[in-house]
Amino acid sequence: MNFEEYAAKSLVLDPLGIPTLRGTLCTTAAEAAAVAKSFGPCVVKAQVPIGKRGKAGGIRLADTPEEARKAAEQILGMSIGGFTVERLLVEEQADITREFYAAVLHDLVARRPLILFSTEGGMDIEEIAAAKPAAIRHLLLDIDGRPNAADITLMLKGLDLGPAEAHIAQILDRLYAAYRTNDAELLEINPLALLGDGRVVALDCKFVLDDAAVYRQPELAKGGAAGSMTALEKRGAEAGLKLIQLDGNVGVLANGAGLTMTTMDVIRHYGGKPANFLEIGGEAYTKSEIAFDLVLSNPGVKSLVINFCGAFARTDVMAEGVVRAWHKLAPRVPVFFSIHGTGEEEAVALVRHELGIEPYDFMEDAIQAAVKAAQ
Amino acid sequence: MIVRKKDRVVVLGITGKQGTFWSEKMIAYGTNVVAGVNPKRSGETHVGVPTFATTGEAVAKAGGDVAVMFIPPAMAKDAAVSAAQAGIKLLVVLTEHIPAQDVMAMHAAAAKHGTRIVGPNTAGLVTPGECFVGIMPAFVPSVFKPGRIGVISRSGSLGTLICLNLTRAGLGQSAFIGIGGDPMLGTTTRSALEALDRDANTNAVVLVGEIGGVTEEDAATYAKKMTKPIVAFIAGAAAPAGKKMGHAGAIVTGNAGSYASKRQALEASGVAVVDTPSQIAAAVSAGLKASQAGEKLAASQ
Repeated sequence: MNFEEYAAKSLVLDPLGIPTLRGTLCTTAAEAAAVAKSFGPCVVKAQVPIGKRGKAGGIRLADTPEEARKAAEQILGMSIGGFTVERLLVEEQADITREFYAAVLHDLVARRPLILFSTEGGMDIEEIAAAKPAAIRHLLLDIDGRPNAADITLMLKGLDLGPAEAHIAQILDRLYAAYRTNDAELLEINPLALLGDGRVVALDCKFVLDDAAVYRQPELAKGGAAGSMTALEKRGAEAGLKLIQLDGNVGVLANGAGLTMTTMDVIRHYGGKPANFLEIGGEAYTKSEIAFDLVLSNPGVKSLVINFCGAFARTDVMAEGVVRAWHKLAPRVPVFFSIHGTGEEEAVALVRHELGIEPYDFMEDAIQAAVKAAQ
Repeated sequence: MIVRKKDRVVVLGITGKQGTFWSEKMIAYGTNVVAGVNPKRSGETHVGVPTFATTGEAVAKAGGDVAVMFIPPAMAKDAAVSAAQAGIKLLVVLTEHIPAQDVMAMHAAAAKHGTRIVGPNTAGLVTPGECFVGIMPAFVPSVFKPGRIGVISRSGSLGTLICLNLTRAGLGQSAFIGIGGDPMLGTTTRSALEALDRDANTNAVVLVGEIGGVTEEDAATYAKKMTKPIVAFIAGAAAPAGKKMGHAGAIVTGNAGSYASKRQALEASGVAVVDTPSQIAAAVSAGLKASQAGEKLAASQ
């Protein structure tokens, strides 16, 4: 779950005492002008849960309340990466001396938390990694402990940070605490700025909450941003199903993430385009009735592949759900089946007798037929 | 991580609906299930095996080499740490959606106590004709049959399909190793490959990967040293970047973890990468023929 900058700063950084600039959330140009009047020169920033806001024109400097009003008028309603800007963060302008990068995230190979720090702030970490890999300092941690002060000192050694080093060390320690208490998948401050008056403050903040930990962070999760879901994807989410709508015309209903991705790949292999990703793996295999409805509700669908390969998921239970939905919806697009694994005999018999359709022996043949029918 | 009939298996969460269903299946197939664990059902017998309050007690009284977890995400960390402390050597974590910071704590405990974790989010391990641990349809004869092909898969559903295709082509399996769909796995593709390379019953390996992470790229460096033929299929070629494809691990950002990167790394190591699952059996047969011809040539010289 992604968070907008303002939510990340107020919910994650502020409680741990990581310094930020004075700022106020606004939803109208008049509010932005009023805040600028009390702050003086300020920055007007679009609040969307996605990066590259500056490049998209979503961040503007304003030296007067009138400029803040104009900037707000231009930014509100703007579309950035599929999100419409509805909120602005108006912050005081800062006298920036240096910009750094700081983050805590999972090291997926070491399977441990990792602190990253770089004196090349303001750029994407991927860009820094490509251009100046030596400029990124790494510190791997034990999940059960706290960062050791000596290790942080060693990490920052030779970076010529001067009096800012002590502030930065403290911020990194607190950033790790914030990562742990908030079940972060990623907690990033970019840039972390050294100001003319010697303060070190977070100018921006990116926080991603681990989706798997939402159940134990209910208050925090209320501050998360809504995803940019289509109406159909929202219906899927409400039914507890992960649906991704794509621009193709061959609908996909398969069990398990691996088999579903493979079905999409084979559609592409035969020159077709998949219309969706939809997973009914794990316990969700009992939801094939609503899943069938969802896939058919996609207006782009011209044909449908149903590809079941039962391990944990029982194909007979999934086929029963499809048959129930079929009788209610009477689909007008051609549907092609491949059914194997747990419950196969019952499932094949059901599809044959109830729908009068003969499943294919190989999924590739079912998919090829569906691709042809969609053309 | 190739399970054997002699391995003593403890089922954590044995009394639940899935724990009961799959324990019965495992026992019927030949798995040596010696105990179950449920804190509230100590001293009882369930599906014919004794139940204990803790894994430590189960191991002390009934023995235990392998443990398999039918435990919901919120309780998974504590169950895994207890199993590691109890001296379980191989811990099969079926649970999906465990918070990532809990997964790291599980791996830390496993490293401390010398436990190998398979998973999280694995469908388990199958040694066809002998035993299985997890939620795979080992008992469906159209899917699994004993043979000499080792299969490694991140996905249970796709792994099932691949084994079905091999069986239909007359190629039985020596072992199925489900490594799991999570981003931080206890057993990587590389360590599974090493196990199958050492296994005297395995003549060839089928590697079923998917986009996301670097486990296939890492395995490719080992694959280069192997003489047994390897055939790979990587799922997710058509997946859009930046979207999680169901498995938490299956996400591509930039070039890292992309289909192209995996395919390139594997092909550079001499692995035959195929475009669709139905091409796997023929590629395995071709690989076996080539390696037999190579052996004959080596023997005649």
